[in-house]
Amino acid sequence: MKKIEAIIQPFKLEEVKEALKGIGIDGMTVTEVRGHGRQKGHKEVYRGQEYMVDLLPKCKVELVVGDSRVEEVIKTLTAAARTGKIGDGKIFLYDVAEAIRIRNDERGESTL
Amino acid sequence: MKLSTFKPAWPWASLATLLASAPAAFGQATAPAPDKIAALEGLVSAAQTSGDNAWMLTSAALVLMMTGPALALFYSGLVRSKNVLGTMMQSFVLMALVSVLWAVVGYSIAFGEGNAFFGNPMQYFLLSGVEGAPNGDYAPTIPHQTFMVFQLMFAIITPGLICGAYAERMKFSAMVLFSTLWLLLVYCPMAHMVWGKGGYFNAFLPPAGGGIRAFDFAGGTVVHITSGISALVCAILLGPRKGYGKEPMKPHSLVLSFIGACLLWVGWFGFNAGSALGAGPVATSAFVATHFGAAAATLGWLGMEWIRSGKPSVLGGISGAVAGLVAITPASGFVKPGPALIIGFAAGIFCYLMCAVVKNKFGYDDSLDAFGVHGAGGTLGAILTGVFATNAVNSALKDGDKPAALGLIDGAGYQVVNQIIASGVAWAIAIAGSFVLLKLVDMIVGLRLSEEDERDGLDLSQHGEEGYNLES
Repeated sequence: MKKIEAIIQPFKLEEVKEALKGIGIDGMTVTEVRGHGRQKGHKEVYRGQEYMVDLLPKCKVELVVGDSRVEEVIKTLTAAARTGKIGDGKIFLYDVAEAIRIRNDERGESTL
Repeated sequence: MKLSTFKPAWPWASLATLLASAPAAFGQATAPAPDKIAALEGLVSAAQTSGDNAWMLTSAALVLMMTGPALALFYSGLVRSKNVLGTMMQSFVLMALVSVLWAVVGYSIAFGEGNAFFGNPMQYFLLSGVEGAPNGDYAPTIPHQTFMVFQLMFAIITPGLICGAYAERMKFSAMVLFSTLWLLLVYCPMAHMVWGKGGYFNAFLPPAGGGIRAFDFAGGTVVHITSGISALVCAILLGPRKGYGKEPMKPHSLVLSFIGACLLWVGWFGFNAGSALGAGPVATSAFVATHFGAAAATLGWLGMEWIRSGKPSVLGGISGAVAGLVAITPASGFVKPGPALIIGFAAGIFCYLMCAVVKNKFGYDDSLDAFGVHGAGGTLGAILTGVFATNAVNSALKDGDKPAALGLIDGAGYQVVNQIIASGVAWAIAIAGSFVLLKLVDMIVGLRLSEEDERDGLDLSQHGEEGYNLES
Protein backbone atom coordinates (compact mmCIF):
# COMPACT_ATOMS: atom_id res chain seq x y z
CA MET A 1 0.00 0.00 0.00
CA LYS A 2 1.11 3.54 -0.69
CA LYS A 3 -0.01 6.86 0.70
CA ILE A 4 -0.32 9.57 -1.93
CA GLU A 5 -0.01 13.07 -0.57
CA ALA A 6 -0.76 15.77 -3.12
CA ILE A 7 -0.43 19.51 -2.49
CA ILE A 8 -2.61 21.18 -5.12
CA GLN A 9 -4.13 24.51 -6.05
CA PRO A 10 -7.37 25.03 -4.07
CA PHE A 11 -9.35 25.85 -7.22
CA LYS A 12 -8.36 22.47 -8.68
CA LEU A 13 -9.82 20.46 -5.79
CA GLU A 14 -13.21 19.85 -7.38
CA GLU A 15 -11.68 18.63 -10.67
CA VAL A 16 -9.29 16.33 -8.81
CA LYS A 17 -12.11 14.89 -6.71
CA GLU A 18 -14.26 14.23 -9.78
CA ALA A 19 -11.37 12.66 -11.70
CA LEU A 20 -10.52 10.32 -8.81
CA LYS A 21 -14.16 9.37 -8.44
CA GLY A 22 -14.13 8.58 -12.18
CA ILE A 23 -11.51 5.86 -11.67
CA GLY A 24 -13.26 4.46 -8.60
CA ILE A 25 -11.32 6.13 -5.78
CA ASP A 26 -13.80 7.06 -3.06
CA GLY A 27 -11.78 7.71 0.09
CA MET A 28 -9.61 10.72 0.69
CA THR A 29 -8.75 13.32 3.33
CA VAL A 30 -8.53 16.98 2.36
CA THR A 31 -6.89 19.70 4.45
CA GLU A 32 -6.63 23.43 3.79
CA VAL A 33 -2.97 24.31 4.20
CA ARG A 34 -0.63 27.22 3.48
CA GLY A 35 2.80 27.03 1.93
CA HIS A 36 4.99 27.77 -1.00
CA GLY A 37 7.57 26.15 -3.20
CA ARG A 38 9.09 28.04 -6.08
CA GLN A 39 5.99 30.14 -6.58
CA LYS A 40 6.50 33.67 -5.37
CA GLY A 41 3.89 35.17 -3.04
CA HIS A 42 1.86 38.27 -3.77
CA LYS A 43 1.81 41.84 -2.51
CA GLU A 44 -1.08 43.37 -0.57
CA VAL A 45 -1.33 47.11 0.13
CA TYR A 46 -3.37 48.60 2.98
CA ARG A 47 -3.36 52.43 3.07
CA GLY A 48 0.11 52.43 1.54
CA GLN A 49 1.54 49.73 3.86
CA GLU A 50 2.82 46.87 1.76
CA TYR A 51 2.69 43.29 2.95
CA MET A 52 4.31 40.38 1.11
CA VAL A 53 2.16 37.30 1.46
CA ASP A 54 4.50 34.38 0.77
CA LEU A 55 2.53 31.51 2.31
CA LEU A 56 -0.25 30.85 -0.14
CA PRO A 57 -3.40 28.83 0.42
CA LYS A 58 -3.18 25.26 -0.93
CA CYS A 59 -5.13 22.02 -0.53
CA LYS A 60 -3.53 18.83 0.72
CA VAL A 61 -5.21 15.66 -0.58
CA GLU A 62 -4.22 12.42 1.13
CA LEU A 63 -5.27 8.97 0.02
CA VAL A 64 -4.00 5.41 0.46
CA VAL A 65 -4.23 2.93 -2.44
CA GLY A 66 -3.02 -0.58 -3.23
CA ASP A 67 0.37 -0.78 -4.97
CA SER A 68 -1.21 -1.88 -8.25
CA ARG A 69 -3.22 1.32 -8.57
CA VAL A 70 -0.56 3.88 -7.64
CA GLU A 71 0.55 4.87 -11.16
CA GLU A 72 -3.01 5.12 -12.43
CA VAL A 73 -4.02 7.38 -9.54
CA ILE A 74 -0.96 9.61 -9.96
CA LYS A 75 -1.62 9.95 -13.68
CA THR A 76 -5.25 10.89 -13.09
CA LEU A 77 -4.38 13.28 -10.28
CA THR A 78 -1.64 15.15 -12.14
CA ALA A 79 -3.78 15.45 -15.25
CA ALA A 80 -6.65 16.96 -13.25
CA ALA A 81 -4.52 19.29 -11.09
CA ARG A 82 -2.21 20.63 -13.76
CA THR A 83 -2.43 24.16 -15.19
CA GLY A 84 1.14 24.18 -16.49
CA LYS A 85 2.14 27.18 -14.39
CA ILE A 86 4.37 27.52 -11.33
CA GLY A 87 2.33 26.82 -8.20
CA ASP A 88 0.56 23.65 -9.38
CA GLY A 89 1.98 21.75 -6.40
CA LYS A 90 3.64 18.40 -5.73
CA ILE A 91 2.88 14.77 -5.02
CA PHE A 92 4.72 12.73 -2.39
CA LEU A 93 4.57 8.94 -2.06
CA TYR A 94 4.97 7.00 1.20
CA ASP A 95 4.96 3.31 2.05
CA VAL A 96 2.11 2.34 4.34
CA ALA A 97 2.79 -0.40 6.91
CA GLU A 98 -0.80 -1.31 7.68
CA ALA A 99 -4.40 -0.12 7.34
CA ILE A 100 -6.95 -0.97 10.03
CA ARG A 101 -10.69 -0.38 9.89
CA ILE A 102 -11.77 0.94 13.26
CA ARG A 103 -15.32 -0.39 12.96
CA ASN A 104 -14.40 -4.10 12.83
CA ASP A 105 -10.60 -4.49 13.20
CA GLU A 106 -10.32 -5.56 9.55
CA ARG A 107 -6.76 -5.20 8.20
CA GLY A 108 -4.98 -4.88 4.87
CA GLU A 109 -5.81 -3.62 1.39
CA SER A 110 -9.46 -4.70 1.61
CA THR A 111 -10.06 -1.86 4.09
CA LEU A 112 -9.26 0.79 1.47
CA MET B 1 -34.36 82.18 12.03
CA LYS B 2 -34.76 83.13 15.67
CA LEU B 3 -38.40 83.34 16.65
CA SER B 4 -38.85 85.69 19.55
CA THR B 5 -42.58 85.09 19.54
CA PHE B 6 -42.29 81.37 20.22
CA LYS B 7 -44.97 80.01 22.54
CA PRO B 8 -45.08 76.31 23.30
CA ALA B 9 -48.85 76.20 22.78
CA TRP B 10 -50.69 72.92 22.38
CA PRO B 11 -51.44 73.30 18.65
CA TRP B 12 -54.67 71.33 18.26
CA ALA B 13 -56.42 72.91 21.23
CA SER B 14 -55.57 76.37 19.90
CA LEU B 15 -56.67 75.39 16.43
CA ALA B 16 -60.04 74.28 17.75
CA THR B 17 -60.52 77.57 19.58
CA LEU B 18 -59.57 79.48 16.49
CA LEU B 19 -61.90 77.53 14.23
CA ALA B 20 -64.78 77.96 16.64
CA SER B 21 -64.42 81.72 16.54
CA ALA B 22 -63.58 81.91 12.83
CA PRO B 23 -67.06 82.70 11.40
CA ALA B 24 -67.36 85.64 13.74
CA ALA B 25 -63.88 86.84 12.88
CA PHE B 26 -64.29 86.66 9.13
CA GLY B 27 -67.87 87.88 9.24
CA GLN B 28 -66.70 91.27 10.43
CA ALA B 29 -65.15 93.82 8.15
CA THR B 30 -62.77 95.02 10.88
CA ALA B 31 -59.14 93.82 11.23
CA PRO B 32 -58.52 90.63 13.25
CA ALA B 33 -58.17 91.24 16.94
CA PRO B 34 -54.63 91.19 18.38
CA ASP B 35 -55.34 88.06 20.37
CA LYS B 36 -56.27 86.22 17.14
CA ILE B 37 -52.94 87.25 15.59
CA ALA B 38 -51.13 86.08 18.67
CA ALA B 39 -52.97 82.75 18.49
CA LEU B 40 -52.00 82.36 14.83
CA GLU B 41 -48.38 83.19 15.58
CA GLY B 42 -48.45 80.57 18.28
CA LEU B 43 -49.71 77.98 15.80
CA VAL B 44 -47.06 78.89 13.25
CA SER B 45 -44.24 78.54 15.73
CA ALA B 46 -45.71 75.29 17.05
CA ALA B 47 -45.77 73.93 13.50
CA GLN B 48 -42.15 74.94 12.99
CA THR B 49 -41.23 73.30 16.27
CA SER B 50 -42.86 70.07 15.13
CA GLY B 51 -40.95 70.06 11.86
CA ASP B 52 -37.59 71.09 13.30
CA ASN B 53 -37.88 68.79 16.27
CA ALA B 54 -38.69 65.77 14.10
CA TRP B 55 -35.54 66.34 12.06
CA MET B 56 -33.38 67.05 15.11
CA LEU B 57 -34.46 63.91 16.97
CA THR B 58 -33.80 61.91 13.79
CA SER B 59 -30.41 63.56 13.45
CA ALA B 60 -29.50 62.80 17.05
CA ALA B 61 -30.30 59.13 16.44
CA LEU B 62 -28.25 59.15 13.20
CA VAL B 63 -25.24 60.58 15.03
CA LEU B 64 -25.47 57.93 17.74
CA MET B 65 -25.50 55.33 14.96
CA MET B 66 -22.16 56.74 13.77
CA THR B 67 -20.51 55.47 16.95
CA GLY B 68 -22.42 52.21 17.30
CA PRO B 69 -22.32 50.36 15.05
CA ALA B 70 -20.65 52.48 12.35
CA LEU B 71 -17.34 53.50 13.94
CA ALA B 72 -17.18 50.24 15.91
CA LEU B 73 -17.45 48.24 12.67
CA PHE B 74 -15.09 50.51 10.74
CA TYR B 75 -12.35 50.27 13.36
CA SER B 76 -12.83 46.67 14.43
CA GLY B 77 -12.50 45.44 10.86
CA LEU B 78 -9.10 47.13 10.63
CA VAL B 79 -7.59 45.36 13.65
CA ARG B 80 -6.44 41.76 13.94
CA SER B 81 -9.12 39.23 14.80
CA LYS B 82 -7.92 38.83 18.41
CA ASN B 83 -8.84 42.49 19.05
CA VAL B 84 -12.22 42.69 17.30
CA LEU B 85 -14.41 42.73 20.42
CA GLY B 86 -12.08 44.93 22.42
CA THR B 87 -12.20 47.53 19.66
CA MET B 88 -15.99 47.38 19.42
CA MET B 89 -16.18 47.65 23.19
CA GLN B 90 -14.21 50.91 23.16
CA SER B 91 -16.89 52.55 21.02
CA PHE B 92 -19.74 50.96 22.92
CA VAL B 93 -18.56 51.82 26.41
CA LEU B 94 -18.25 55.46 25.33
CA MET B 95 -21.93 55.45 24.36
CA ALA B 96 -22.69 54.72 28.02
CA LEU B 97 -19.86 56.55 29.78
CA VAL B 98 -20.10 59.85 27.92
CA SER B 99 -23.89 59.90 28.28
CA VAL B 100 -23.61 59.74 32.06
CA LEU B 101 -20.82 62.35 32.17
CA TRP B 102 -22.83 64.62 29.88
CA ALA B 103 -25.89 64.45 32.12
CA VAL B 104 -23.94 65.15 35.29
CA VAL B 105 -21.69 68.02 34.26
CA GLY B 106 -20.45 67.69 30.65
CA TYR B 107 -23.31 69.56 28.99
CA SER B 108 -23.00 72.34 31.50
CA ILE B 109 -19.25 72.81 30.93
CA ALA B 110 -19.81 72.89 27.17
CA PHE B 111 -23.00 74.93 26.91
CA GLY B 112 -23.48 76.65 30.28
CA GLU B 113 -22.79 80.37 30.46
CA GLY B 114 -19.39 80.96 31.94
CA ASN B 115 -16.32 82.71 30.61
CA ALA B 116 -14.90 82.51 27.08
CA PHE B 117 -13.30 79.10 27.74
CA PHE B 118 -15.50 77.15 30.19
CA GLY B 119 -19.22 76.97 30.75
CA ASN B 120 -20.45 77.16 34.34
CA PRO B 121 -20.49 73.50 35.42
CA MET B 122 -23.28 74.12 37.93
CA GLN B 123 -25.73 75.89 35.60
CA TYR B 124 -27.08 72.69 34.05
CA PHE B 125 -25.73 70.32 36.71
CA LEU B 126 -27.63 67.01 36.36
CA LEU B 127 -29.48 68.69 33.47
CA SER B 128 -31.44 70.96 35.80
CA GLY B 129 -33.30 73.53 33.72
CA VAL B 130 -32.80 71.56 30.50
CA GLU B 131 -36.40 70.78 29.64
CA GLY B 132 -39.06 71.11 26.96
CA ALA B 133 -38.84 74.87 26.54
CA PRO B 134 -36.29 75.96 23.95
CA ASN B 135 -33.01 77.67 24.77
CA GLY B 136 -33.41 80.80 22.67
CA ASP B 137 -29.66 81.36 22.39
CA TYR B 138 -28.83 78.00 20.83
CA ALA B 139 -31.92 76.71 19.08
CA PRO B 140 -35.12 78.72 19.50
CA THR B 141 -37.42 76.32 17.65
CA ILE B 142 -36.67 73.00 19.36
CA PRO B 143 -36.87 71.86 22.98
CA HIS B 144 -33.71 72.51 24.96
CA GLN B 145 -33.59 68.77 25.70
CA THR B 146 -33.42 67.99 21.98
CA PHE B 147 -30.45 70.33 21.59
CA MET B 148 -28.78 68.77 24.62
CA VAL B 149 -29.20 65.19 23.43
CA PHE B 150 -28.11 66.05 19.87
CA GLN B 151 -24.90 67.58 21.24
CA LEU B 152 -24.42 64.54 23.47
CA MET B 153 -24.08 62.32 20.40
CA PHE B 154 -21.16 64.48 19.21
CA ALA B 155 -19.51 64.17 22.60
CA ILE B 156 -19.82 60.37 22.34
CA ILE B 157 -18.17 59.93 18.96
CA THR B 158 -15.29 62.38 19.52
CA PRO B 159 -13.31 60.37 22.10
CA GLY B 160 -14.34 57.29 20.09
CA LEU B 161 -12.34 58.53 17.12
CA ILE B 162 -9.15 58.56 19.22
CA CYS B 163 -9.46 54.76 19.72
CA GLY B 164 -7.95 54.37 16.25
CA ALA B 165 -4.57 55.62 17.48
CA TYR B 166 -4.16 53.40 20.54
CA ALA B 167 -5.84 50.35 19.02
CA GLU B 168 -4.71 46.87 20.01
CA ARG B 169 -2.50 47.94 22.94
CA MET B 170 -4.23 50.16 25.53
CA LYS B 171 -5.64 48.78 28.77
CA PHE B 172 -9.41 49.02 29.03
CA SER B 173 -9.16 50.68 32.45
CA ALA B 174 -6.72 53.27 31.09
CA MET B 175 -8.96 53.90 28.08
CA VAL B 176 -12.00 54.52 30.30
CA LEU B 177 -10.12 56.84 32.66
CA PHE B 178 -8.42 58.76 29.84
CA SER B 179 -11.69 59.19 27.92
CA THR B 180 -13.47 60.49 31.03
CA LEU B 181 -10.85 63.12 31.79
CA TRP B 182 -10.37 64.00 28.12
CA LEU B 183 -14.09 64.58 27.58
CA LEU B 184 -14.41 66.94 30.54
CA LEU B 185 -11.09 68.78 30.17
CA VAL B 186 -10.47 68.87 26.42
CA TYR B 187 -13.73 68.28 24.53
CA CYS B 188 -16.19 70.24 26.68
CA PRO B 189 -14.03 73.41 26.92
CA MET B 190 -13.32 73.28 23.17
CA ALA B 191 -17.04 72.87 22.43
CA HIS B 192 -17.72 75.84 24.72
CA MET B 193 -15.16 78.02 22.96
CA VAL B 194 -16.62 77.35 19.51
CA TRP B 195 -20.32 76.73 20.11
CA GLY B 196 -21.07 77.81 23.68
CA LYS B 197 -22.65 81.17 24.46
CA GLY B 198 -19.86 83.72 24.89
CA GLY B 199 -17.22 81.21 23.71
CA TYR B 200 -13.98 82.76 22.50
CA PHE B 201 -14.39 81.62 18.89
CA ASN B 202 -18.18 81.74 18.71
CA ALA B 203 -19.16 83.78 15.65
CA PHE B 204 -22.86 83.84 16.46
CA LEU B 205 -22.87 84.32 20.24
CA PRO B 206 -19.58 86.19 20.71
CA PRO B 207 -18.09 86.87 24.14
CA ALA B 208 -18.40 90.28 25.75
CA GLY B 209 -15.40 92.29 24.58
CA GLY B 210 -15.13 90.19 21.44
CA GLY B 211 -13.19 87.04 20.61
CA ILE B 212 -12.04 85.66 17.30
CA ARG B 213 -14.75 84.86 14.79
CA ALA B 214 -14.29 81.25 13.68
CA PHE B 215 -16.69 79.12 11.62
CA ASP B 216 -17.14 75.49 12.54
CA PHE B 217 -20.53 74.31 11.36
CA ALA B 218 -20.47 70.76 12.68
CA GLY B 219 -17.16 70.14 14.38
CA GLY B 220 -13.98 70.51 12.34
CA THR B 221 -12.08 72.00 15.27
CA VAL B 222 -14.26 70.71 18.12
CA VAL B 223 -14.56 67.11 16.94
CA HIS B 224 -11.95 66.24 14.34
CA ILE B 225 -8.96 68.39 15.26
CA THR B 226 -9.25 67.70 19.00
CA SER B 227 -9.64 63.95 18.48
CA GLY B 228 -7.20 63.63 15.58
CA ILE B 229 -4.39 65.57 17.26
CA SER B 230 -4.97 63.80 20.57
CA ALA B 231 -4.72 60.59 18.59
CA LEU B 232 -1.24 61.53 17.40
CA VAL B 233 -0.19 62.23 21.00
CA CYS B 234 -1.57 58.82 22.03
CA ALA B 235 0.25 57.04 19.21
CA ILE B 236 3.56 58.66 20.15
CA LEU B 237 3.26 58.31 23.95
CA LEU B 238 2.02 54.70 23.89
CA GLY B 239 4.62 53.68 21.33
CA PRO B 240 4.10 51.23 18.51
CA ARG B 241 2.42 47.85 18.83
CA LYS B 242 4.76 44.93 19.54
CA GLY B 243 6.17 43.80 16.22
CA TYR B 244 5.01 46.92 14.34
CA GLY B 245 6.81 47.13 11.01
CA LYS B 246 8.10 43.54 11.33
CA GLU B 247 5.03 41.35 11.65
CA PRO B 248 2.10 41.68 9.27
CA MET B 249 -0.79 43.58 10.88
CA LYS B 250 -3.37 43.30 8.17
CA PRO B 251 -6.98 44.35 8.71
CA HIS B 252 -8.80 41.16 9.68
CA SER B 253 -12.09 42.00 7.94
CA LEU B 254 -12.49 44.81 5.45
CA VAL B 255 -16.06 43.58 5.10
CA LEU B 256 -16.84 44.91 8.58
CA SER B 257 -14.99 48.15 7.79
CA PHE B 258 -16.95 48.55 4.57
CA ILE B 259 -20.30 48.25 6.34
CA GLY B 260 -19.10 50.65 9.01
CA ALA B 261 -17.95 53.25 6.49
CA CYS B 262 -21.25 53.15 4.59
CA LEU B 263 -23.15 53.63 7.85
CA LEU B 264 -20.84 56.53 8.72
CA TRP B 265 -21.66 58.21 5.40
CA VAL B 266 -25.39 57.98 6.13
CA GLY B 267 -25.01 58.97 9.78
CA TRP B 268 -23.01 62.02 8.75
CA PHE B 269 -26.16 63.55 7.24
CA GLY B 270 -27.48 63.78 10.80
CA PHE B 271 -24.13 65.11 12.00
CA ASN B 272 -23.82 67.93 9.46
CA ALA B 273 -27.35 68.68 8.29
CA GLY B 274 -28.55 68.27 11.88
CA SER B 275 -26.09 70.99 12.90
CA ALA B 276 -28.44 73.47 11.23
CA LEU B 277 -30.54 72.85 14.39
CA GLY B 278 -33.66 72.97 12.24
CA ALA B 279 -35.11 71.58 9.03
CA GLY B 280 -34.69 74.67 6.82
CA PRO B 281 -32.62 75.46 3.73
CA VAL B 282 -29.30 75.55 5.63
CA ALA B 283 -29.89 71.91 6.65
CA THR B 284 -30.43 70.99 3.01
CA SER B 285 -27.33 72.87 1.97
CA ALA B 286 -25.25 71.08 4.61
CA PHE B 287 -26.71 67.73 3.54
CA VAL B 288 -25.80 68.37 -0.11
CA ALA B 289 -22.28 69.64 0.66
CA THR B 290 -21.67 66.62 2.90
CA HIS B 291 -22.62 64.19 0.19
CA PHE B 292 -20.54 65.83 -2.52
CA GLY B 293 -17.56 66.17 -0.21
CA ALA B 294 -17.59 62.44 0.52
CA ALA B 295 -18.02 61.52 -3.14
CA ALA B 296 -15.13 63.70 -4.39
CA ALA B 297 -12.81 62.54 -1.60
CA THR B 298 -13.48 58.89 -2.46
CA LEU B 299 -12.31 59.53 -6.02
CA GLY B 300 -9.33 61.58 -4.82
CA TRP B 301 -8.02 58.82 -2.55
CA LEU B 302 -8.71 56.07 -5.09
CA GLY B 303 -6.94 58.01 -7.83
CA MET B 304 -3.82 58.55 -5.71
CA GLU B 305 -3.73 54.89 -4.81
CA TRP B 306 -4.23 53.78 -8.38
CA ILE B 307 -1.35 55.97 -9.52
CA ARG B 308 1.05 55.16 -6.67
CA SER B 309 0.48 51.47 -5.99
CA GLY B 310 -1.21 50.29 -9.15
CA LYS B 311 -4.56 49.22 -7.71
CA PRO B 312 -7.56 51.11 -6.35
CA SER B 313 -8.57 49.33 -3.12
CA VAL B 314 -11.83 49.05 -1.18
CA LEU B 315 -10.04 50.24 1.95
CA GLY B 316 -8.81 53.24 -0.06
CA GLY B 317 -12.32 54.05 -1.26
CA ILE B 318 -13.92 53.95 2.17
CA SER B 319 -11.00 55.79 3.81
CA GLY B 320 -11.36 58.51 1.19
CA ALA B 321 -15.08 58.83 1.89
CA VAL B 322 -14.45 59.26 5.62
CA ALA B 323 -11.67 61.80 4.94
CA GLY B 324 -14.07 63.82 2.78
CA LEU B 325 -16.81 63.67 5.40
CA VAL B 326 -14.33 64.90 8.01
CA ALA B 327 -13.09 67.81 5.88
CA ILE B 328 -16.55 68.99 4.83
CA THR B 329 -17.82 68.94 8.42
CA PRO B 330 -16.77 72.50 9.41
CA ALA B 331 -17.67 73.86 5.95
CA SER B 332 -21.07 72.23 5.46
CA GLY B 333 -23.80 74.79 6.08
CA PHE B 334 -21.49 77.55 4.82
CA VAL B 335 -20.43 76.41 1.33
CA LYS B 336 -22.00 75.70 -2.07
CA PRO B 337 -21.79 72.29 -3.77
CA GLY B 338 -18.88 73.30 -6.06
CA PRO B 339 -16.51 74.18 -3.20
CA ALA B 340 -17.73 71.04 -1.40
CA LEU B 341 -16.37 69.00 -4.31
CA ILE B 342 -13.05 70.88 -4.13
CA ILE B 343 -12.74 70.44 -0.35
CA GLY B 344 -13.57 66.74 -0.61
CA PHE B 345 -11.19 66.06 -3.48
CA ALA B 346 -8.36 67.89 -1.71
CA ALA B 347 -9.04 65.94 1.49
CA GLY B 348 -8.94 62.61 -0.35
CA ILE B 349 -5.50 63.34 -1.75
CA PHE B 350 -4.10 65.03 1.37
CA CYS B 351 -5.26 62.36 3.82
CA TYR B 352 -3.97 59.60 1.54
CA LEU B 353 -0.51 61.19 1.60
CA MET B 354 -0.67 61.61 5.39
CA CYS B 355 -1.52 57.92 5.91
CA ALA B 356 0.57 56.31 3.19
CA VAL B 357 3.65 58.54 3.08
CA VAL B 358 4.04 60.85 6.09
CA LYS B 359 3.23 58.18 8.68
CA ASN B 360 5.91 55.86 7.29
CA LYS B 361 8.45 58.66 7.19
CA PHE B 362 8.04 59.47 10.88
CA GLY B 363 7.36 55.93 12.08
CA TYR B 364 4.58 56.63 14.62
CA ASP B 365 2.06 53.82 14.92
CA ASP B 366 -1.25 55.66 14.38
CA SER B 367 -2.71 52.21 14.00
CA LEU B 368 -6.01 52.98 12.27
CA ASP B 369 -5.04 56.47 11.03
CA ALA B 370 -7.12 58.57 13.43
CA PHE B 371 -4.58 61.39 13.02
CA GLY B 372 -4.05 60.88 9.28
CA VAL B 373 -7.78 61.10 8.56
CA HIS B 374 -9.36 63.16 11.36
CA GLY B 375 -6.45 65.39 12.41
CA ALA B 376 -5.27 66.09 8.89
CA GLY B 377 -8.71 66.20 7.24
CA GLY B 378 -10.18 68.27 10.08
CA THR B 379 -7.44 70.89 9.84
CA LEU B 380 -7.65 71.10 6.06
CA GLY B 381 -11.45 71.45 6.24
CA ALA B 382 -11.29 74.11 8.96
CA ILE B 383 -8.92 76.26 6.92
CA LEU B 384 -10.77 75.79 3.62
CA THR B 385 -13.98 76.81 5.41
CA GLY B 386 -12.42 80.25 5.73
CA VAL B 387 -11.87 80.30 1.97
CA PHE B 388 -15.26 79.08 0.75
CA ALA B 389 -17.81 80.14 3.40
CA THR B 390 -20.42 82.40 1.82
CA ASN B 391 -23.49 84.30 2.93
CA ALA B 392 -25.25 83.06 -0.19
CA VAL B 393 -25.61 79.80 1.75
CA ASN B 394 -25.80 81.01 5.32
CA SER B 395 -27.07 84.51 6.07
CA ALA B 396 -27.55 84.06 9.80
CA LEU B 397 -24.68 86.39 10.63
CA LYS B 398 -25.56 90.05 10.11
CA ASP B 399 -23.44 93.09 9.42
CA GLY B 400 -25.87 95.84 10.28
CA ASP B 401 -29.05 94.70 8.49
CA LYS B 402 -27.22 92.94 5.64
CA PRO B 403 -25.76 89.41 5.75
CA ALA B 404 -22.12 89.61 6.83
CA ALA B 405 -19.28 88.59 4.49
CA LEU B 406 -18.16 85.15 5.64
CA GLY B 407 -15.11 83.76 3.83
CA LEU B 408 -12.44 84.75 1.33
CA ILE B 409 -14.85 84.36 -1.60
CA ASP B 410 -17.18 86.85 0.11
CA GLY B 411 -14.24 89.27 0.36
CA ALA B 412 -13.45 88.48 4.01
CA GLY B 413 -9.88 87.24 3.52
CA TYR B 414 -9.07 87.65 7.22
CA GLN B 415 -11.39 84.74 7.90
CA VAL B 416 -8.71 82.33 6.63
CA VAL B 417 -6.37 83.70 9.29
CA ASN B 418 -9.10 83.36 11.93
CA GLN B 419 -9.63 79.72 10.92
CA ILE B 420 -5.88 79.04 11.17
CA ILE B 421 -5.78 80.61 14.65
CA ALA B 422 -8.78 78.59 15.85
CA SER B 423 -7.25 75.40 14.42
CA GLY B 424 -3.93 76.21 16.07
CA VAL B 425 -5.61 76.70 19.43
CA ALA B 426 -7.46 73.40 19.01
CA TRP B 427 -4.14 71.71 18.18
CA ALA B 428 -2.48 73.25 21.24
CA ILE B 429 -5.28 72.30 23.63
CA ALA B 430 -5.37 68.75 22.23
CA ILE B 431 -1.59 68.30 22.49
CA ALA B 432 -1.21 69.79 25.96
CA GLY B 433 -4.40 68.23 27.35
CA SER B 434 -3.74 64.76 26.00
CA PHE B 435 -0.08 64.79 27.05
CA VAL B 436 -0.87 65.69 30.65
CA LEU B 437 -3.85 63.34 30.90
CA LEU B 438 -1.97 60.37 29.40
CA LYS B 439 0.92 60.89 31.84
CA LEU B 440 -1.56 61.09 34.70
CA VAL B 441 -3.44 57.94 33.64
CA ASP B 442 -0.12 56.14 33.15
CA MET B 443 0.77 56.92 36.78
CA ILE B 444 -2.61 55.77 38.10
CA VAL B 445 -3.40 52.57 36.16
CA GLY B 446 -0.70 52.25 33.47
CA LEU B 447 -1.50 52.86 29.82
CA ARG B 448 -0.29 49.77 28.03
CA LEU B 449 -1.17 46.14 28.17
CA SER B 450 1.53 43.78 29.40
CA GLU B 451 3.46 42.14 26.58
CA GLU B 452 1.61 38.88 27.22
CA ASP B 453 -1.82 40.52 27.23
CA GLU B 454 -1.03 42.36 24.02
CA ARG B 455 0.02 39.11 22.39
CA ASP B 456 -3.19 37.40 23.53
CA GLY B 457 -5.29 40.33 22.29
CA LEU B 458 -7.82 42.67 23.87
CA ASP B 459 -10.70 40.23 23.58
CA LEU B 460 -9.19 37.57 25.83
CA SER B 461 -7.01 39.69 28.10
CA GLN B 462 -9.45 42.55 28.74
CA HIS B 463 -12.88 41.00 28.33
CA GLY B 464 -12.44 37.23 28.70
CA GLU B 465 -14.17 36.34 25.44
CA GLU B 466 -13.48 35.87 21.75
CA GLY B 467 -15.15 37.40 18.73
CA TYR B 468 -15.07 34.37 16.51
CA ASN B 469 -15.74 30.94 17.97
CA LEU B 470 -16.10 29.23 14.62
CA GLU B 471 -15.64 25.73 15.98
CA SER B 472 -18.42 26.01 18.55
